[in-house]
Amino acid sequence: MSGYVTVDGIKVPIEGEKNLLALARKAGIDIPTFCYHSHLSTYGACRLCLVEINGKEIDASCVVPPKDGMSVRTNTARVRSMRRMNLELLLANHKQDCPTCERSASCKLRDLASKMGLRGSRFRRTREERPLDQGSPCLARDPNKCILCGDCVRYCAEIQGIGAIDFAHRGTGACVTPAFGKSLGEVDCVNCGQCAAICPTAAIVPRTHKDEVWAALDDPEAVVVAQVAPAARIAIGERFGLGSGEAASGRLATALRMLGFGRVYDTAFGADLTVVEEATEFLARAAAAKAGATVGGKLPLFTSCCPAWVKFAEQSFPELLPNLSTCMSPQSMVGSLLKEEAARAGGGEAGKRLVVVSIMPCTAKKYEIARPELSRNGERLVDYVLTTNELASMIQEAGLRFAELGSGPMDLPMGFSSGAGLAFGASGGVSEAVARYVAGGLPAGRPSALELAPLAGFESLPGSVRVGTLKAGESAVRIAVVQGLAAAKALVKAIREGRVEADLVEVMACPGGCVGGAGQPIELDPAKRAARTEGIARADGERAIRSTGDNPLVAEFYRSRLGCSPGGHRAHELLHTSYSSKRRIADTAIPLVVGTGAEKIPVKVCVGTSCFLRGSQALLAELIKRVEAEGLAELVDVSATFCSESCDRGPTVQVGGTAIHKATPELALAQLRAALAKAPAGATAGA
Amino acid sequence: MTTTVGSEARRFEAVLSILDRYERDSTRLIPILQAVQEEYRYLPEEILTYVAVALDLSPAKVYGVATFYGHFSLEAKGKYVVKVCDGTACHVKGSGPLVEALRKELGLEGKRKTTADLLFTLETVSCLGACGLAPVMVVNEEVHGLATPEAAVAILREIKAREGGKGETK
Repeated sequence: MSGYVTVDGIKVPIEGEKNLLALARKAGIDIPTFCYHSHLSTYGACRLCLVEINGKEIDASCVVPPKDGMSVRTNTARVRSMRRMNLELLLANHKQDCPTCERSASCKLRDLASKMGLRGSRFRRTREERPLDQGSPCLARDPNKCILCGDCVRYCAEIQGIGAIDFAHRGTGACVTPAFGKSLGEVDCVNCGQCAAICPTAAIVPRTHKDEVWAALDDPEAVVVAQVAPAARIAIGERFGLGSGEAASGRLATALRMLGFGRVYDTAFGADLTVVEEATEFLARAAAAKAGATVGGKLPLFTSCCPAWVKFAEQSFPELLPNLSTCMSPQSMVGSLLKEEAARAGGGEAGKRLVVVSIMPCTAKKYEIARPELSRNGERLVDYVLTTNELASMIQEAGLRFAELGSGPMDLPMGFSSGAGLAFGASGGVSEAVARYVAGGLPAGRPSALELAPLAGFESLPGSVRVGTLKAGESAVRIAVVQGLAAAKALVKAIREGRVEADLVEVMACPGGCVGGAGQPIELDPAKRAARTEGIARADGERAIRSTGDNPLVAEFYRSRLGCSPGGHRAHELLHTSYSSKRRIADTAIPLVVGTGAEKIPVKVCVGTSCFLRGSQALLAELIKRVEAEGLAELVDVSATFCSESCDRGPTVQVGGTAIHKATPELALAQLRAALAKAPAGATAGA
Repeated sequence: MTTTVGSEARRFEAVLSILDRYERDSTRLIPILQAVQEEYRYLPEEILTYVAVALDLSPAKVYGVATFYGHFSLEAKGKYVVKVCDGTACHVKGSGPLVEALRKELGLEGKRKTTADLLFTLETVSCLGACGLAPVMVVNEEVHGLATPEAAVAILREIKAREGGKGETK
């Protein structure tokens, strides 16, 4: 569509805008809205962006495409009155505890009510009070603050490809909820928290652990140490009037010490270790693949720094888990080394309890530290994660004038990283860091070791997929960089089908990578978000040492602290982890044959996606037929389950406590007969 | 005994054949849910999850559709579903006392709609389109017009007697 639309008397050319709202913005007019985001589908739910079209009808400008010759007025008495009434209606059903609400300073509802000069609502509340959802380690939901704009629902489904939350019920009962009214902690939520970042109110917020950290700081028997993620230092200044993208590591170190942290380390040093371990792992896998070995890990190698991606892979692509790098994330590497050192010394300094706190841009990191794989001897490798926002609030609570603080150093050796370690904070950074390491440093006069370009055929996807090739000696390493989990899902599918070839795939869930994490100050302005990415690049560029391979402290660390070369035994013990496939929804099994005997043998047939594709449906039908034909129905409980957590070897049948992989009815029945033969006499009496 | 033992398995097989019949096409979610509900008389959570996985939809989306339509029930319904019309005509002709009498007879208190033994579910509906027979009560597919509390209770008692004294709740 070409031509012009007249917006409030200004003639505005149509240049590909999909709706009047975008066109009005181009003309410098901000139309109020909750539910319009240019990167999500249009929804037209909040009814705040009403405009008058051609002097007649009133319509939501976000859903009306511009047409040549249209005349739009955005500020008539009728429009203002209707917008105000709609906002009053939204306010009526919103729990207004604004002074104590954590989104008080960043609430769009509060902001628009103020901008539109509202002084209360004429309408009464019609919704019943609903219980809070505190079941997730990362996110808390308060349905009483939800205004049903659906931003979170569309983000989760469209950008992350998950759909952990959706609308349910209708009329006054309508709400946004995980399936079956469960908690976010019980469903396929990957904890990226982008729902909370896009929520205009505080209906979904990151869980906070400030109280636990304050308590540890106040405990005379504890020594509390901090580690700071690259992206956190880039954004924390935004809360204190510093410009977007201004690195504040020095001020942060000072602030953390003033709050009572004993030592301050750099997660970017953990990133340097990740670069070394992951590159070593990659080269070993590549060598094994070249030699035709079937064991020893697979290619392409997928990165594992992003805990949201790791959980997504565990619940969606169980057969892909052998491709996931076994490297811990930088945060967990630092935690692992600190805890191991303390354990060897019989406690932290002076025998005190060591408490490790990470300052992260990310909500999913709160889930990561709770993973059982990341505990040693019953103790977590990292005790608490504070988001950038939480730390900013603690700094404010302590009355520190952050912008005026002097620069303090981080503690060595884990306080000094290469520029590559800092690059982890933005999408593409892990790949760039690995490329620099493998290439033996940054090529002279070049800003980066890896040049990335958008992958053809993926441009229209939400998020982004970029590819580049790294020349390493005689071979070329094909690298793909994905941001957004829907894009990751599409790329995995394309790789499986052979449409895309890659050797190394970096996946980050959040927009722009960690800089766009949900633990960062709320910022929806794309320009300010881009400034964070530039901030990471600047911080990287300002480092004297740009490549991990040139960081002398890393080499020294392997020599003196780990006593092994990269990928060595000790490094594997301390810096690597494992994964296991997960059910999308907890506790789902369908009982099919319920025996009546006193002692019954449970038989569980997996009918999850990968077992289904491997023929579990026919297997199940045949098994039940045979069980009944042989008169065994009284003695067994047959149920269909969704995942036996070994999807790569399906179909899986569990008989008693024994799992049969690549099962057939014969194998399952043989195991069942063996189990029955072993069962006490009472169980077989009913046969 | 063996006929009841295998019934769950057969119902699940029915779900699989429903999914096959609709070619596991996610755009046909509503007819799939209707057919599943016909099989189970309601939509059990684990079956909905299975349907979601089979159709490559998120369970939350399927839950959203299942809770949007009044036709779908996520709770087990009774063998006999009693629908009392509370549309305008039936309402003025006394559907209120009719519902009250039935709730009392079935011992349903508060928000409960289904008797503990899963024999009866009592629902009110907005209009059955039989206003000339108001007030109207439907038991499963059987329509009873010009209903009175006494006649309605008698119908339920007759069913109870036929079912061997079930349907009594404390």
